[in-house]
Amino acid sequence: MGILREFWKGFKVTGSIGLRGLFGKDIVTTQYPSEMREKPTRFHGRHVLNRYPDGMEKCIGCELCAGACPARCIYVRGADNPPDDPKSPGERFGYVYEINMLRCIFCGLCVEACPTEAITMTHLFEMSVTNRNDAIHTRKELLMAEDGSVPHIYPEDPFADLSELDAADGWLRATSPSGVAAYEGETMWQATPGPASWTPEPDQETRDSQHG
Amino acid sequence: MDWVDLLFVAARVVGVFALLVVLTIVNIWLERKIVADMQNRVGPARAGPWGILQTIADGVKLFFKEQVTPRKVDLGAYLLAPFLAVVPAFLIFMMVPLGPGLEIAGRQVPLQGADLNIGILFILAMSSMAVYAVVLAGWSSGSKYPLLGGVRATAQAISYEAAMGLAMVAVVMFSATAPGAENGTLSLAEIVERQSGTWSGTVAFLDPVVGLIPRWYVFPQVVAFVIFFLAAVAETNRAPFDLVEAEQELVGGFHTEYSGIRFAMFFLAEYINILSMCAIAATLFFGGWNGPTWEGIVPGWVSAVLPVVWLMLKSYVLVVAFFWIRATLPRLRYDQLMTLGWKRLIPASMLWLVISTVVIGFRQFGLPFIG
Repeated sequence: MGILREFWKGFKVTGSIGLRGLFGKDIVTTQYPSEMREKPTRFHGRHVLNRYPDGMEKCIGCELCAGACPARCIYVRGADNPPDDPKSPGERFGYVYEINMLRCIFCGLCVEACPTEAITMTHLFEMSVTNRNDAIHTRKELLMAEDGSVPHIYPEDPFADLSELDAADGWLRATSPSGVAAYEGETMWQATPGPASWTPEPDQETRDSQHG
Repeated sequence: MDWVDLLFVAARVVGVFALLVVLTIVNIWLERKIVADMQNRVGPARAGPWGILQTIADGVKLFFKEQVTPRKVDLGAYLLAPFLAVVPAFLIFMMVPLGPGLEIAGRQVPLQGADLNIGILFILAMSSMAVYAVVLAGWSSGSKYPLLGGVRATAQAISYEAAMGLAMVAVVMFSATAPGAENGTLSLAEIVERQSGTWSGTVAFLDPVVGLIPRWYVFPQVVAFVIFFLAAVAETNRAPFDLVEAEQELVGGFHTEYSGIRFAMFFLAEYINILSMCAIAATLFFGGWNGPTWEGIVPGWVSAVLPVVWLMLKSYVLVVAFFWIRATLPRLRYDQLMTLGWKRLIPASMLWLVISTVVIGFRQFGLPFIG
């Protein structure tokens, strides 16, 4: 009676899991939105435009993010910094910065392309809108305030978790480890939005002396 | 029969109706919760404590939803089908004796919708009637998926009803062996009565052991019970026999084109049928409402209610088994369904009927080892 043994095996699985579930054990689902799952450090959420600690914008309006974007969802127009009131340390700044979240595939290529680490990603993933135009996030939503806080599109939403905007993705610096394979495992990512918090990448001589 | 009797009849019918609606609400919640537990999920958890009000919320939503009527439907049959599903479902449960009956104001009030002397026949007839609902719903929707579901329902019902009926016949015949009984009986109340007490005095040399076992028919009729239970799962179109509404192939099967309260009625009928089948299985094989009532030890009203509690307990063990089966077994292929029905269950039930007949016959001639 092979089939009975198979039945027994099957019913044992559901039965034991069911009994454990009855006492609230081994539940893998969470009660979203009242209970959130912890997201991986490198989670790709909504973007944020960072500032330097002195309040200057990091974005220099170079449009490399727009060029790197495979979904063509970023639109940037740079403008010259006003000499008496510069927005960024460079010559130019991101005068218009728009990301269409309906087209974004959250690949993070914009983050890798950015030469100044102006654009990084946060852990915010709740971006539903009732209007297609609202899905286009502009500087108003993307640029962090001078105190480092990031605007939310629906801050008054009872379920809005503003802390998700403070947790930047642990963005792995895309710079390759200069041909030294041993450097591969060394993560050089920052955990929060804002200025780089890691020690600068060592120069070639230091590196050669360290890794032979 | 005066107006007081009529009042009692009305009260019984309304009572069973209310009980069924409440239990259906509980059952749907219970199934979702149990299946969720078995799948490492939480299940409904928002509405009320442990989400117990979820079904009520769903019911209210369905009640107020728009009822979409597709253009190609055959309107008469389309509107009739949901009622044809619900009414037999209620009528089947009317046959189940919930308790030994109460004595109210000098009148004997059976705790049962109606005590027909052909109860089992009536149940079989009504469960066949319920198939018409599925067939009519499938055919009148004017759409291919419901039609396929309806065709499957017809074949499935015919295949499994035979096995189910034969399993019941074995019980009916066996009920003739009760002490003091001359014939078998088709009345469910009578079958329950005959299952009271223990097997004491049936197998002489095992008397100390069998004297402790309640006189439930599941012990001598275990094969009939297994056949009945399998056929009941198939008859109520539950997984793994839910080819009628196989979601992956037929969208929703026969109720694809139904929405709002009409859909809710099919849903209600399905869950009433599950409860009815389990209650009937408990009645035929597990002694129905028989159980200790501890009269004199506990307050009188507790003794009066306990039989209902026993029946519900027995039924719910089987109901949970239904849910467990649903959470465990994958759906059968169509040819497997037909093979199981025609090549396994029907021959098995016929063979069992013959064996039962022979044993009961021996008993009439007073062989030493059987009573």
